Amino acid sequence: MSAVSTSSTSIDTKRLRPRDLFRIAAVGIRTRKLRASLSALGIAIGVAAIVAVLGLSQSSQAGLLAEIDKLGTNLLTVTNGQNFFGQNSELSPSAPGMIARIGPVTQVQYTGAISTANAYRTPYVPTVNTNALTVDAASLGLPRTVGASVAQGEYLNTATATQPVVVLGATAAQRLGIDHIYPGERIWVGGQWFYVVGILHPAILASEIDTSVLVGFPAAEHYLQFDGNPSEIYVRAVTSQVAAVQAVLAQTADPESPSDVNVSQPSVTLTARAAAQSAFSGLFLGLGAVALLVGAVGVANIMIISVLERRSEIGLRRALGATRGHIRTQFLSEAAMLGVLGGLVGIGIGVAATAIYATTKGWAISVPPLAWGGGFGAALAIGLIAGLFPALRAARMSPTDALRTV
Amino acid sequence: MNLAAAPPALGSAPPLDPQAVLELDNVTKIYGGEPPVVALDSVNLTIGAGELVGIVGPSGSGKTTLLHVMGTLDRPTSGRVSLTGLDVAEMSERQIAALRATRIGFVFQNFYLAEHETVLENVADGLLYAGVGTADRRRAAAEALERVGIAHRAGFHPNKISGGERQRVAIARALVGRPAIVLADEPTGNLDSTTGANVLALLKELNAEGATIALITHDRGLAGRLPRQVEILDGHIVSDSTQMPDPDSAMNRGIEHGSPQGR
Repeated sequence: MSAVSTSSTSIDTKRLRPRDLFRIAAVGIRTRKLRASLSALGIAIGVAAIVAVLGLSQSSQAGLLAEIDKLGTNLLTVTNGQNFFGQNSELSPSAPGMIARIGPVTQVQYTGAISTANAYRTPYVPTVNTNALTVDAASLGLPRTVGASVAQGEYLNTATATQPVVVLGATAAQRLGIDHIYPGERIWVGGQWFYVVGILHPAILASEIDTSVLVGFPAAEHYLQFDGNPSEIYVRAVTSQVAAVQAVLAQTADPESPSDVNVSQPSVTLTARAAAQSAFSGLFLGLGAVALLVGAVGVANIMIISVLERRSEIGLRRALGATRGHIRTQFLSEAAMLGVLGGLVGIGIGVAATAIYATTKGWAISVPPLAWGGGFGAALAIGLIAGLFPALRAARMSPTDALRTV
Repeated sequence: MNLAAAPPALGSAPPLDPQAVLELDNVTKIYGGEPPVVALDSVNLTIGAGELVGIVGPSGSGKTTLLHVMGTLDRPTSGRVSLTGLDVAEMSERQIAALRATRIGFVFQNFYLAEHETVLENVADGLLYAGVGTADRRRAAAEALERVGIAHRAGFHPNKISGGERQRVAIARALVGRPAIVLADEPTGNLDSTTGANVLALLKELNAEGATIALITHDRGLAGRLPRQVEILDGHIVSDSTQMPDPDSAMNRGIEHGSPQGR
């Protein structure tokens, strides 16, 4: 009579086909759209927070790395360290010249800290209010070597280096309240007026210059009783030879006691710091996790209500031949589907937020696969966990109880 | 494979009647609690292939429990239930579910149709747990709708059709897998008398075409129009009668038309 054969010699249940499972798992979501979307919202917010935080920190890191890359990774710095007895050792004035004779070195510039002098806006500022600024003697090619361009005015030249004039680092200018150079603008340095001739942009690779007030070496010796010893030497080398240069730098700078000299590669330090910065986003990740938890409770709540409301559907399905396993799978899949929907929406929002913020900052948009992969995985796992109890409850319901009207 | 002649693959005792689709042998069902309630007390009932049986009793008589036990939705406290020769007591939960999926069709007073699915999809879902592919399910559903006379409503949603049509959809869903027996629980209970009579006429027609149907009702008048009546009261079967030939009986019409009983 019929093409459909429903009898078989061995009686046992059949697995649902994936397509059928998908269809019946979507029943709750299809029939109660608003409720389903609200219950998935918590998960969406949590995933969005996590994706956005990871995406933003990665994008900002990428932005910083791009900048570091642009500034060059071939900058090395030599600073005076402390000797065996804990006293500050001095670099010899001849050190820059000796370093310049290393083959692959292309540029050598240096600064000398003038520890006896401080810079103030006016003579009336109390001497303790140093603004944490340092006064340094600086060589003439410094901005180019450290990658800090001149924001206003001009840098020191052979003529001005002998005169009582200063160039301010970016932060120093800010702290002294100088955002524009007027003719005759001056500050009080080491007990006399120095005229401001220039302000630098921030030096990312040499941030100590940002808080410096720079004067020429001859002027420092003449006006501020500076001894002429460099305290920090900036070296640019051929990029492929940076490691080799770094290895011989200490010996070259101070052949007598190379261990008193510190040699570092700022770009490496900065890159490491950029990576460590993502630790700051821990708080926001924690908030995201809390949102996910709340979302999980929301999904579990909705699923329990759904199971209670759909008793007759459960009863009917059992009468149609569904096993407890079929019912459990159905509700578990529905919860997983809610989680996944929330997760997908969250990933969308998180990526969009990252894209918008990164675009305004001019960074490359970069969302780590861990963020969206992890967000998706977390959403799915949360759906499954939240759905487990309701699904077990639905499966435990006896068909006769489920079919009982009122 | 002929269901009625299926060998008792799992049953230890031979079926009492080889033509029997459903056999209850000394079935007792006691609901635990204080005091325990004896819902079924030593019930013996055999339903043969091609029968149309009305099980009638007032509310609280145990007829819903009887339906649940007959439909393997509930296990008896003692006694033997065998369906198409298979002893339910010896089957696992999974096997019993498979038995329901393939050999029993249910019709409920409240229809239990999925509102978000079309009539055709609702009927096709009758085969969802029987391991039948989508295309075959739909084909069988269209055929079943044809049999109950509402093929023209296949694309409608249940909330767009009348109560009588809804019950026809539910009947089609019960029939779609060609089960050995259809158990109908107050199928006319939510319908007005005219619609109810039409649904009853449909059941008789389906019976005439070979379907085995057990109809549970509290309505004596309704049961009186069926070829065989089993009356249940306080968990006992008080009478089991094959009626005088009813001029209205579809079974007789079927015989008159010369169609063989039991397909």
